[in-house]
Amino acid sequence: MGMTLTQKILAAHAGLPEVKAGQLIDAKLDIVLGNDITTPVAINEFERAGFDRVFDKEHIAIVLDHFVPNKDIKSATQSKQCREFANKYDILNFYDVGQMGIEHALLPEKGIVTAGDCVIGADSHTCTYGALGAFSTGVGSTDMAAGMATGMAWFKVPSAIKFVLTGKFNPRVSGKDLILHIIGMIGVDGALYKSMEFTGPGVAGLTMDDRLCICNMAIEAGAKNGIFPVDEVTKAYLAGRSQRPPVFYEADPDAVYEKTIEIDLGALEPTVSYPHLPENTHVASEGKDIKIDQVVIGSCTNGRLEDMEAAYNILKGKHIAKGVRGIIIPATMAVYKECILRGWTTAFIDAGCIVSTPTCGPCLGGYMGILAAGERCVSTTNRNFVGRMGHVDSEVYLASPATAAASALTGYITDPRTV
Amino acid sequence: MNARGSVFKYPDNVDTDVIIPARHLNTQDAKELASHCMEDIDKDFVNRVQPGDIMVGGWNFGCGSSREHAPLCIKTAGIAVVIAKSFARIFYRNSINIGLPIMECPEAVDAIEAGDTVQVDFDTGVITDETNGKVFHAEPFPPFIQNIISAGGLMKAIQK
Repeated sequence: MGMTLTQKILAAHAGLPEVKAGQLIDAKLDIVLGNDITTPVAINEFERAGFDRVFDKEHIAIVLDHFVPNKDIKSATQSKQCREFANKYDILNFYDVGQMGIEHALLPEKGIVTAGDCVIGADSHTCTYGALGAFSTGVGSTDMAAGMATGMAWFKVPSAIKFVLTGKFNPRVSGKDLILHIIGMIGVDGALYKSMEFTGPGVAGLTMDDRLCICNMAIEAGAKNGIFPVDEVTKAYLAGRSQRPPVFYEADPDAVYEKTIEIDLGALEPTVSYPHLPENTHVASEGKDIKIDQVVIGSCTNGRLEDMEAAYNILKGKHIAKGVRGIIIPATMAVYKECILRGWTTAFIDAGCIVSTPTCGPCLGGYMGILAAGERCVSTTNRNFVGRMGHVDSEVYLASPATAAASALTGYITDPRTV
Repeated sequence: MNARGSVFKYPDNVDTDVIIPARHLNTQDAKELASHCMEDIDKDFVNRVQPGDIMVGGWNFGCGSSREHAPLCIKTAGIAVVIAKSFARIFYRNSINIGLPIMECPEAVDAIEAGDTVQVDFDTGVITDETNGKVFHAEPFPPFIQNIISAGGLMKAIQK
């Protein structure tokens, strides 16, 4: 029986000729990742278990991104613990303030993850790297600790849902609109324990930033991973970037999928997820009476260069509505610098927005844009759960950078094709 | 091994942001985390929960973030077992890895009401609602996972 792309990668990393959905395997890991929230818990587990060496200092990545530059003494203490651990074990891919970026933007950008990899990260959005043709999935801190010690992790081989993409996006429709549309269609547990495998003639027209955004939110449908086939777009992105040689896997032609869903990219509209679940999707044009207080453009979902460009194209030469706070957070230092070099940062500031160095900050209600009771935010982030961005009585509306920027201009949820 | 306690019941899609809001993730102290457990959807939980009590949820319990702080704070708050219709996959892994007992049993979830007294036998998977007298059978874990649990969690299992 044929294997899916995910199953091919898992079989190779388990040293098996074949794996089947439901099979429990031990797989070799190419990268084990953690951040400033999850790594301290992993370090405690690692040390409590008595380990005194990591399996490979070159295959561990620790990125301080959630609460840095540190927001308070407690978060500074957690960062210090990560820093000391990274120094002690000479962790090659340790990223601190000044070099860091939001982990899931940084690792692909730096070539730390590549096609064919098997990656675990103690962060749920680790599924992002499926965009590169890798298997990557989020785990907890104890899995990270075990991964750092042994270089292995156990997995239940997932079955898959196949998404066949056709057509191409209309202007101001992007990967974010597609993944929100899919979550709206299948629900927040619609792909629970499964792979979401994207394929079809529409894939060729998707940029790498679109693919990274789409795979990033696979977890929001409950999926174990999201994954794209390797094509010319992937190869062009990886060239000169991958720290290790990429390996290209393909799904078998007779691979078995639980179901196949066809989506015409040309039929998609700018899409917004209303509170308090990502599956509560509406087309943006329905939200024109919903008044907003804040807009956030950034995060591991939408803080990449194309996201900044989409915001710039809408905000340049204009000013955001009175009473709206605009917060723009490029996801890595390279994206941040590029925004400065291209004059976008100036345009954002002239439009009335603030531009921050990289941080996860507001996405998870950490800092840099916490909401008060009754406030509403249109955000390019990935979750709109109760209290996610602040007070339990605040509301988060998930949208693309274009929709978020357009909404900032009008002060209401706005279809970006109308500004 | 058994658990017996009174039930705290929650709806579908209980996410890790309401189990332990991220504003408290600047600490790893289990007791401090537990003092904020469920506060965004049930302010009274931490005042009412007694050691050995049972948490019941719907579909996709523990969705969202990978924060292990979520099962850890439920366990530290005194909850002996979480029974749900289904678990989000990272929460499922994390619970096994840290030794928080969990069970999937949709029929039990539908029948059990908040405040019921429920008894759970972990060896047989039998769930008994003493309040309404109904008995349910949860799916047992596969042997691979039972080995992790019986070793006392993942770190102890990999040391073997």
